[in-house]
This record gives sequence, structure tokens and C-alpha cells, in this order.
Amino acid sequence: MKAKEVSESAHAYTPGLKMKRAIRVRKVRRLPVPGEVLVDRGDTVSFGTVVARTHVPGDPHVLRAAYAIGVEPEDFPGYVLKKVGDPVEEGEPLARNRMLFGLINKVCPSPVKGRVETVSELTGQLIVRGDPVPVEVTAYIPGKVVDVLPREGVVVETEAAFIQGIFGIGGETHGEIDVLVDSAEGVLEADMMGGDCEGKILVGGSLVTKSALYKAVEVGASGIVAGGIGDEDLIEFVGYDIGVAITGHEEVGLSVIITEGFGKMNMSKSAFGLLKEFDGREASISGATQIRAGVMRPEVIIPHGEESPSSEADVELAGGIKAGTCIRVIREPYFGLLGEVVSLPVELEQIETESRVRVVEVQLDDGRRVIVPRANVEIIEE
Amino acid sequence: MAKKKERGKRLAGKAAERKKRLAEKLAGVRPDNVKYILATDVGSTTTKARFFKKIGEDYRYVVSGEAPTTVEAPYEDVTMGAKNAVREVEELTDHKFLHEGGIILPGEEGKGVDLYVTTSSAGGGLQMMVAGVVRSMTAESAERAALGAGAIVMDVIAVDDGRYTYQKIHRIRTLRPDMMLLGGGTDGGNVRHVMEMTEIVRAAEPKPRFGIGFTLPIVYAGNVKIRGRVKDALGEFFTLTVVDNLRPVLEVENTEPARAAIHELFMEHVMSHAPGYNKLMTWTDVPIMPTPAGEGMMMQLIAKVFETNVLGVGLGGATTNLYSIFDEKFVRTVSANLGMSYSICNVMMEATMENIMRWIPFDIEEGDVRNRLRNKMIRPTTIPHTMEELMVEHAVAREALRLGLEHHRALARGLKGVKKKGSLWDASQIKVFEEAEEESYLDMMRISIVAGTGGLLSHAPRRAQSLLILTDAFQPEGVTRIFQDSVFMMPHLGVLSTVHSKAAWDVFDKDCLVRLGTVIAPKGLASPGGRVMRVTLGMPDGSKIVEDLTFGEMKRIDLPEREEASVMIRPTRRFDVGAGPGKILNAKAYGGVVGVVMDARGRPLELPDEDGTRMEKLVEWFSALGLYPKQFLDDMRRELAS
Repeated sequence: MKAKEVSESAHAYTPGLKMKRAIRVRKVRRLPVPGEVLVDRGDTVSFGTVVARTHVPGDPHVLRAAYAIGVEPEDFPGYVLKKVGDPVEEGEPLARNRMLFGLINKVCPSPVKGRVETVSELTGQLIVRGDPVPVEVTAYIPGKVVDVLPREGVVVETEAAFIQGIFGIGGETHGEIDVLVDSAEGVLEADMMGGDCEGKILVGGSLVTKSALYKAVEVGASGIVAGGIGDEDLIEFVGYDIGVAITGHEEVGLSVIITEGFGKMNMSKSAFGLLKEFDGREASISGATQIRAGVMRPEVIIPHGEESPSSEADVELAGGIKAGTCIRVIREPYFGLLGEVVSLPVELEQIETESRVRVVEVQLDDGRRVIVPRANVEIIEE
Repeated sequence: MAKKKERGKRLAGKAAERKKRLAEKLAGVRPDNVKYILATDVGSTTTKARFFKKIGEDYRYVVSGEAPTTVEAPYEDVTMGAKNAVREVEELTDHKFLHEGGIILPGEEGKGVDLYVTTSSAGGGLQMMVAGVVRSMTAESAERAALGAGAIVMDVIAVDDGRYTYQKIHRIRTLRPDMMLLGGGTDGGNVRHVMEMTEIVRAAEPKPRFGIGFTLPIVYAGNVKIRGRVKDALGEFFTLTVVDNLRPVLEVENTEPARAAIHELFMEHVMSHAPGYNKLMTWTDVPIMPTPAGEGMMMQLIAKVFETNVLGVGLGGATTNLYSIFDEKFVRTVSANLGMSYSICNVMMEATMENIMRWIPFDIEEGDVRNRLRNKMIRPTTIPHTMEELMVEHAVAREALRLGLEHHRALARGLKGVKKKGSLWDASQIKVFEEAEEESYLDMMRISIVAGTGGLLSHAPRRAQSLLILTDAFQPEGVTRIFQDSVFMMPHLGVLSTVHSKAAWDVFDKDCLVRLGTVIAPKGLASPGGRVMRVTLGMPDGSKIVEDLTFGEMKRIDLPEREEASVMIRPTRRFDVGAGPGKILNAKAYGGVVGVVMDARGRPLELPDEDGTRMEKLVEWFSALGLYPKQFLDDMRRELAS
């Protein structure tokens, strides 16, 4: 078998983390179930503007009503005081069994305000559905409504700087960027934070310490962005071990975005440079990460506002890695080092583990030329 | 009512149309005319393409191509990943497979294929919830049926599962399964509790994971006498399929009709809503099969061909699937959050760091290992580049497999409720059977074959690594053959076997099934250095090899694949190799790429407590089997000695 010339590229693409100084960011803001859209196409929205609203059905409450009033299920419908569909108040009797001329009075009251959904003569169960619960979706990013999805939500667009992290915790929030360290190597410590950090997104370099996490909550910061975090520090902070990387629902008082990985890791120069450049600007962040189904990564979106530089073209991901592509190594022994692709040998090559894998030849920024498994590099989009 | 009937008619019509289309397609597949076959597996991380070709009278594996799966944003079209994987095959051969609309059919020299098949576990595979009346009876049967169909069981709901009704409802509402299986009651038996579960499901209104606006498919496989009532309760709100009871009587478990219905609905309702699958379905000649179902078929084939009990495992990035065929009973379990990439930190959590660290033969801080595993979780497609990283992953693999087997044992057991010693009624009026907790019927001494597949095992740089990982994790007893999948193609061959059994078997036997060798491991314990057994091997060339083993020792003897040696094992009185303590066993040792491994570490396998001794022992065992490069292990030994 011989290698064949192909018109299309090798397609061994590892998308890498997106990092843009100027990009058009579009966010689909969708309701979980159909409802009402509150804004129109062309409207200008801000971080907290409610763009759509709906009601999700309330919780059902299954009551063993026949058992509660002491009758057999087949006789039960005769004792029910309400019809299916009737509204009921909390505590209102749903079924009653009077015995011995009213001396014994067994009642099954409604545990919630809602409606009677079913009455079963087979099981003696009665189901009350609680009142619908309102759900609102905010714009999350300031910008223009460019599309309305009828009854579902909207698409909001803005020109912004965009930084994708590798892992995060906590949901969507926003605040002013405050870079507290001098360089991408700087460690974010608790003593760097004071009362002026309230509502801000605090930026560190290579690491956020455990005490800094707690201090940030204490001073009321909105979020933290740093290169690395210790695994044990994270577990202690969250209060439980994270087995599968599906995050975003943690209620820890702020959102945390890690750009490089676990352990002390210098933040990439490009990410740190962007955050430094936009120091003092308002940004939206989300720590939500879902690595398996969804490949959702945490993000920092810094809207440009009035003085908007023109957007850069998005890298065509399917184009893959080519000679000259800027990459970062994402596994030992060169973890975190940056470089440029020199060549992409088609044939499999043997690495230290004796595995024969597809590799990439990389000219590292520190001057070394190394061979790295293709799976262990990611494209830096900049 | 008329609306419901119309909808039912429409669905039946759709299913019939699909079956007709399929029959037409398959009618065109003449096994004799098939020369080129392409098979893909759309995994949760990677899409793997395998190219098979008829060479002479036999079908052989030619080459593989792999590419990241593209089920998620921004691509949201699995055919992109499939094309990329196939394009890699094109790069490595002179054969062209793709045209704009998909795969070129039929095949000719240098172009196209005669058959294209695929399995899929992308987007998390088939995720199901199951419900029954009694947790250890009908609910457990429902769980086994769903697992056997290749599903991941997200939760098992039962009347006696220890949760309050509101907790059950909350759970059903929170999870978004692809499908539900509802069992309960024997035929003509329990009515009230089955209806209670039905009403709970109805009230919870579970929504499907894919396709907002579609109704969730539910398979009802409970008491046949109340089918009408179940239809009345659920028919309007769900896509309800009614099949034969899973437990028509307590003594019988009948999972096949439910399993078949699950497969049908998987294609009809789940796959068709997943991104890009509608397109992929037009490329294939046969229905897309869940990956574990394909894998399970091949494990069953091993048991059938070798006529013995088999324990198989598919160690993936997100899940670990265990299969046992024991006394002809097939059981599959899936540990949804035990895997080597996405789920690696869950292994760390469930197994504990202490258990992972015990398999690492060099000094390394626990915190360092934790961070490395976290980094693997967040960048799941990376591979070990250094020997130390490889050893850390192998340590985790042992623990993932050990836990997977623990989970499997909990379901590989006899039917509950059959031999009741007495009964009583609890407060909720459920019949509770007073019987001793039944242990798993899996007896490692009676399992003659252990087979492994999945990325880590198939891609292990040395085959001996897979053999020892499987041995350490499962601790086979007596005389056991160890097999593995060469380049991860069991799922591909499983789906291929449904339309072309010769091609599937040819490739399986010649290119997929790697015979690693035979492990001889007596059960029992002794003090370090105590005598364990004498093994006398009658080699194929007529020579005799005699080995005496002391406790804690491992030895390996070369015996090539497809060769066999007679073996006489004389254990000391504390040890048993299958004939009883201290009894001689005469058996056959089958060769393989590793050979015959004599394992006198005892069962259950215990590692020394003291770190230095433990590491020395690990290096000794690794050296005995040539697990890693000699130079590397020698350096390690020197370092430990100093």
C-alpha cells in the first residue's frame, strides 16, 4: 500500500480553543419549552434583558388518596370531591370519607395549589399538578437581536473578543475584567483581592489558589479566569468530587474558568494578552462545560461596544492542521508548549510508549524540534 | 380516539415502508458477489472506519481510518466524521470510497464497496430508563433486557426502590432518556402496582433527549392482562409499543421481544433524530446497530465457536461494557461512567486513588496523578506519549475493569423470586420475598476465555500489557485463555455478521481475534516464597518444560499462536487449579502472541502493603512478562534498589 495524494487535507483536526480579539459572537437564547418571545428583531439588548419567557408544567404530586381516606380503590371515585381539571388550593380537601355519622372524618388534602390531573379507580391514586413555574431567558450578552425563533427564543449578536476555556464551573454571569497579576505566570492569591473586587471577573495567570477561591466569594467577585487549578483545591471548593465533566450548575458563589488545565499552568500568552488588553471592560462569562455529549467549553465574551474593530475571519476547522499552523501541545512531556507545525508525516511513527501513531513534527517556540502524536496537539486559533 | 388511531396507522405505515426498503436493499446483497466491504463505528469520541476485502476465497481486514466524531456543534452531522475516517482509509490505499452523496456503491477494482454497515454510540449511545414493580424481580429483568439491547440504563425505577414517589417523578423528569422500558407483573398477576408505575410515568411526562416536539418511545413488556389499561393511560402521550411480558411467570425471563422492540425503536425514533443520522441511514445497507450490541454479538460468537464460558469486556472512553456467556446464559452490563477518557475521573472517584496508585511502579505524588487524570478528562482524545503516562493509564484501566466486573456480578445472578422461602406483605402491600441475597453465578474457575476490546486494550503497544491488565483486573482462576480485538473492530463485525456471516467470521478469526495466550492461575494464598505449583508443559516439538513456582511469582513461556501444549499442573495442597485443592489437573495450554503465563500470585490477588516492596514486585512481574521495554524496567529496578 502506498500513500496517495489527496485533494482534501488529512482532516486530523483537533479544533483547539477559540481565541479571538474581534469576532462576531452569536448566541442562541432558547427556552426549554415553547413560550413567549419578548423582544423584536433589531432590538438592542443588555446582559440581563429578559428576551423570552415561558411556564414549565408544575411538579405532579401523586397521592395515595384511597389509602389516606381508608377506602378501596374501586370505591374511591365516589369519595372524590373534585373533578379532573378542577383548580385546587393548598390544603383544600380532595377526597373525604365520613364514617359513623361524621364522627370519623378522613380527608386527603391537596399538598399544593394546582389542578387535579387524574383520579384512578384502579390504583386509588390521585394526581395534583402544581401551578406552572415561570422560566425566563436573558440576553446574556449585550448586542442586537438578529433573529427571532417564534415561541422559542432569539439570536443575539455582538462584536466581541472571545476566549474559550478548557474547563469551568458555575453558570452565566457578567462583570468588569480585573487583571490582578502582572504576567501569564502570575499566581492569583487571596491577598490580591479587596472590597473593590465585588462584581468583577478576576484574572490570574498560571494558577488560582484555594484561598483565593474562597476570598473571591467573600468579596463578592462574579468570576475567576486563570490558567490552572489544583484538582484537590477544586474538589474542596465545590464540596464534592466531579466524576464526569458536566458542569455549570454548581452554586459556589461565582463562576470559574480555567484556560489550560489542572495543576499550575501558565495561561497562554494570547489569552492573557487579550484579557490584559480589555482590562476594565465588561464581559460575559460562563463556566458551563460538557465534554462528552455537547463539547461545551467555558467562555469569556468581551463585547467591543462602540469602537468595534472588524471581525477576523473564522478559521475553517475542517481545514485541519497544515504546515505552518500554530499549535499547542496538550499532553506531557511538552504540555503547554507552543509551536508551529513543520510537517505531517502520513506514515505512522513509533513514539516512546512504542505505540505507532500519526504524528506531527513541531518547531517549538523554545527552539526544539520535536515529534508529537497528532492527538496531543491543538490548533491555536488566533 | 380517531386521531390516535390515525397516528398509530401512520406509524405502522412508516415502519412497514422502512422494512420494505430494507428488504429491497438486502435482496440486492448477494454474499457471493460481495468483494469490498466498508464498516464504520460512530463512537462518542472517534469514528472508526474499517476496510475489508475478499482475497481469494477469504475476507480479510485491509486498513483502518479514524477521525473525531462530529455529532456535536459546530458540525452536528455524523456523516462529516464518517467521511473523514473513510478519507483516511482512502489516503492509505488506492481505493476510492466517497462521492458527494456518500459511499460509492457497488464496488469495483479501486473504487466503491459492495456493502457498507455501521454501528453507533455517538452522543452517548442509546440511553434508557427502565421501570418495573419489584426492584429485584421485574425491574431487574427490564434492566437486563435494556442492557442486552445495547442500552445505557440511566436509572431503574421500581415500587420498592426506596424512593418516595415525588423523588421518582423528579428523577424521571430530570433525565432525558431516548426510550423507556416498562415491565411489571406476571401474566394475570399484579395489576395495581403496574398501574401505579404507569401513572407515575404518565405524570412525570419524560421528554426525549433528541428532537424537541417528538414523543418519547415507551416499550410496555408487563402483565398482558392490562395492556388495554396501559394503552389508555400512556397511548395518547407517548409512542407506545406493546410486547410480550418480560416475566410471564416468575420462573421465566423473556427479554427477547423487548430487546427486538428496543432495536426497532432505536432506528425509528432515536437515530433518526440524532444529528446527521438521517443522512447516514441512507448510506447503509443494514440498520444502524448500537455499538455494544455489535460487540455483544461477537462475544457470543466466541462462546459458540469455542463452546465454553466467556467473560468479555469493551473498555471504552466513556463506558465499560461487560459480557458474560456462562452456561449459555448471556448477560451484558454497562458501567456508564467507567471509562478511560471522558469518565476517567469517575474511575478515580469510584475506585479511590489508593487503588489506582497501587498499580504504579514508580514514585509519583498522588496530586500529580490526580491532575494528569483530570487533564485527560478535559482533553479526552490525547494519548500517552511517555512510558510513565502509559503506566498511569494502565493502572486506571485495571481499576475500571475491576469495578466493571463488580457491577456485572450484581446482575449476572439467578432470577429473584423463584425459590421463595416465605413471604410477607409490607406497608405498601408489595410482596417481599425472604430469600438470601443471591450471589453471582459467575465462577472464575469455570470461565475458560477472557476477551477484551476497546481503545486502550486494542492499542496497547505490547500485547502482554492487555493480557496482564485483564488478568490483574478479572483475576481468572485455573486455566484461562485470553483474547483481544486486534484493532477494535468487534462492533463492526457484529453488525456485518447480520448480513454476511462468512465475511464477519473470516475477518474475526484471521485478523480480529488475537490469541494472547493462556494464563494458569491457582486459587489460594500462601506466605511469600511458599510453594504454589509445578507446571509440566509438553511442547509441540516434543520437548518438556518443568517450572516450579513460589508464591508471588510469575513466569512466561513462549508458545506461538495456533499451537498448543499439554500441561500438567500439580498444585500444593493450599491451591486449586480446577480439580480441587492439591489435585493434579491435566489440560491444554493454547499459544498466543504472549504465550503461556504462570501466575502464582494467588487468588484473591493481594499487593504488598509496603510501597517499596509493592513497586519491586510490580517491576518483577512486568519484567517476567516483558510488559515494557527491558531498558526502562531495568532503570526502574535500579532506581528502586538505590
